[in-house]
Amino acid sequence: MTDLLRSPRWSPYLVGAALGILSWITFATMGKALGTSTTMVRAAGAIERTIAPEHVDQNAYFSKYLGTREKPKPVIEWQFALVLALIPGAWLAARLSRERFRETVPALWAWRFSGSTGGRMVGAFVGGVILIFGARLAGGCTSGHSISGTLQLALSSWVFTIALFTAGIATAFAIYGRKGGDHV
Amino acid sequence: MFDGFTADPTTLLLGAATGLAFGFLLQRGGVTRFRVILGQFLLRDFTVAKVMLTAIVVGAIGIYGMRAAGMDVTMHVKSAALLTNAVGGLIFGVGMAILGYCPGTGVAAIGDGSRHAIAGVLGMLCGAALYAEVHPWLQQRLAGTASYGKATLASTTGLSPWWFIAGLGVAAVIGMMALERYERARRA
Repeated sequence: MTDLLRSPRWSPYLVGAALGILSWITFATMGKALGTSTTMVRAAGAIERTIAPEHVDQNAYFSKYLGTREKPKPVIEWQFALVLALIPGAWLAARLSRERFRETVPALWAWRFSGSTGGRMVGAFVGGVILIFGARLAGGCTSGHSISGTLQLALSSWVFTIALFTAGIATAFAIYGRKGGDHV
Repeated sequence: MFDGFTADPTTLLLGAATGLAFGFLLQRGGVTRFRVILGQFLLRDFTVAKVMLTAIVVGAIGIYGMRAAGMDVTMHVKSAALLTNAVGGLIFGVGMAILGYCPGTGVAAIGDGSRHAIAGVLGMLCGAALYAEVHPWLQQRLAGTASYGKATLASTTGLSPWWFIAGLGVAAVIGMMALERYERARRA
């Protein structure tokens, strides 16, 4: 057991099975499905509300999740707590295995573009903008659709997941080409 | 303004416990790494597919099994508005290939030591704010197309869900065995 806790990499099948079982637990005992991307809407709305409260109150999409001024819904709820706890969860896993991992510019990115920190930060930022825009249009992300949704056999989630992999593979080959695979 | 800002402590505790386990598993699975995600999209490292397929099959057996056993398990099927699901998925895939993380793995990657994931999460917050502005416009034009409500593969076809779960399970086992053999052959 101690060996397993200290082992830096677990079998992907073990991790997948454990994520499946984690879904059983959240469905059966919490009445919830694993998800993350709605939290980005709540967080963005809560931040924007401190600058432009009127604007956020009048936005139908924000009020769907944050409620109205008369009847506010909690910003920090189940999924928000989940998303925040991902950081210490991953940190603990890295610490227990005594891994020392620091990454500012991934090797593959540096090979294709440059080792510049600024360049990669802009790239990561832009990727994040596109990612969540797509997730919110589709109504979920890799957790809400591609794990929680597909395991319920949801039509929406299977369509999303097939589209995700199609575009992900096409974009990765468009950016890095066939030789890219030698640098991951 | 802080009235009702947070949910009750039990809900938060349960969410945090779930997130701790989720983040732990994502790190150990290797999917908090840029190179593993891009390795998947460049078809060199199939860790992502292995984790996801196993989670789907194990998860489906449990959820549908508990319901078949008469347990009161509520489903959380998202509405099938297939045009927005597909277009959103395509946009998502482009973003994921550029960032090298999805939302959950991106946040977890911060805990794993990725600095650029922080820029990615800031981008996600801006993406959410941007989407909130254009949602009504997009919704009006796209959401009505190919819209089937809370449809599942079973409800759409009229077949038992167990046909799909069994099919997925068999396909996953055969696919993964073939993949393992292919990976061993390439290493050798």
